[in-house]
Amino acid sequence: MQLKASGLTCNRGGREVFRGLSFGLATGEAMVVTGRNGVGKSSLLRVIAGLVRIAAGRLILEGGEPDVPIGEQAHYLGHQDAMKPSLTVGENLQFWSRFLGDGRAVKPALEAVDLAELADLPAAYLSAGQRRRLSIARLLAVPRPIWLLDEPTSSLDAPSQKRLAELMRDHLVDGGMIIAAAHGMIGLERACELKLDRA
Amino acid sequence: MNTFAALLIRDMQLTIRAGGGALMGALFFLIVITMIPFAVGPDLALLRRIGPAILWLGALLASLLALDRLFATDHEDGSLDLLMMGGMPLELAVATKAIAHWITTGLPLVVIAPLLGLMLNVELHATGWLALTLAAGTPALTFIGLVGAALSVALRRGGLLLAVLVLPLTVPVLIFGIAAANAAIVGPTPFGPPFTILCALSLVGLVLGPIAAAAALRHGLE
Repeated sequence: MQLKASGLTCNRGGREVFRGLSFGLATGEAMVVTGRNGVGKSSLLRVIAGLVRIAAGRLILEGGEPDVPIGEQAHYLGHQDAMKPSLTVGENLQFWSRFLGDGRAVKPALEAVDLAELADLPAAYLSAGQRRRLSIARLLAVPRPIWLLDEPTSSLDAPSQKRLAELMRDHLVDGGMIIAAAHGMIGLERACELKLDRA
Repeated sequence: MNTFAALLIRDMQLTIRAGGGALMGALFFLIVITMIPFAVGPDLALLRRIGPAILWLGALLASLLALDRLFATDHEDGSLDLLMMGGMPLELAVATKAIAHWITTGLPLVVIAPLLGLMLNVELHATGWLALTLAAGTPALTFIGLVGAALSVALRRGGLLLAVLVLPLTVPVLIFGIAAANAAIVGPTPFGPPFTILCALSLVGLVLGPIAAAAALRHGLE
């Protein structure tokens, strides 16, 4: 499987965010998108997720399912955690797991991010780091080949960051791909770097 | 089917639980109808004549009350992004949300309408007919409101804009709803034609509302 972008251009709010971006990413590879604030790291992830229209250029996933949009073969971990405060931790994850996939593997996913004990607690009582871990559990509950992570380590403590690095490594070993927007290498030592500069 | 059920149940849970506002519409409906006899005075004949119209107007306003939060909360916490990335077409997801919204906020209005009719001196058998027209017509209100909610999703104070956008479009529903209710209660016009048009409005809303709302969401979120 290979994700290929050529000449990718993105416009948001009538302003060109980036232009002519080309990269390729194969199974088991990771790419860290770096650059200054406002340079279009998050926009790139949203373009790949299919949440922002591609203004010009092509984005294809070779070897993926041809009739399914790339967004439906990818997980998007944005700044917001998409968890409802009035539902419990377990209910939140159960919902996303059923909506995005087949609804299995909720419990192992919670265990993987060390939240299994809090499954019956309303999500309103979680700390920022715990909420982040709950969103990461979503990536584990539903298998999808591409992970799009927008500053995944924000508000995570050191042990959790380490755990995330392990999970990302496992995903790559299992034949996944990761594109992360970050300011460092976030534990992906062998990842290639895509440095965005202001156009 | 699994994703449909998951989304339907989640949205119903969210409105029923704390802060969801499922009963807000019904309470608002109750208060408005309770105030009317005080405003109009104890003229029982007059109350009975205007009763169906007042009940319909109250239900219309009450059903729009919680509508502005329908997509706004999902937009604020990022859920809307993920709803777009699921395997379910956005149109279907939007329709599911509307159905969940109607079950939790529209259906209670239909259920309490016969009771409130008594306050307006509308007889019990007549309020049964009235509830039937509400059951047929309130889905149309939800589906029309859905489009307004999708258009105003990115606005901080979308509530007023929503009312201004949506209320004019609900006029046909109001007209045929009250026409059907009056036909059933006082006659002499037949009940069938306005009631079938009312049903048709709801069905057209079910088909067109989600398509328009999904288009508005896609456009608005870029």
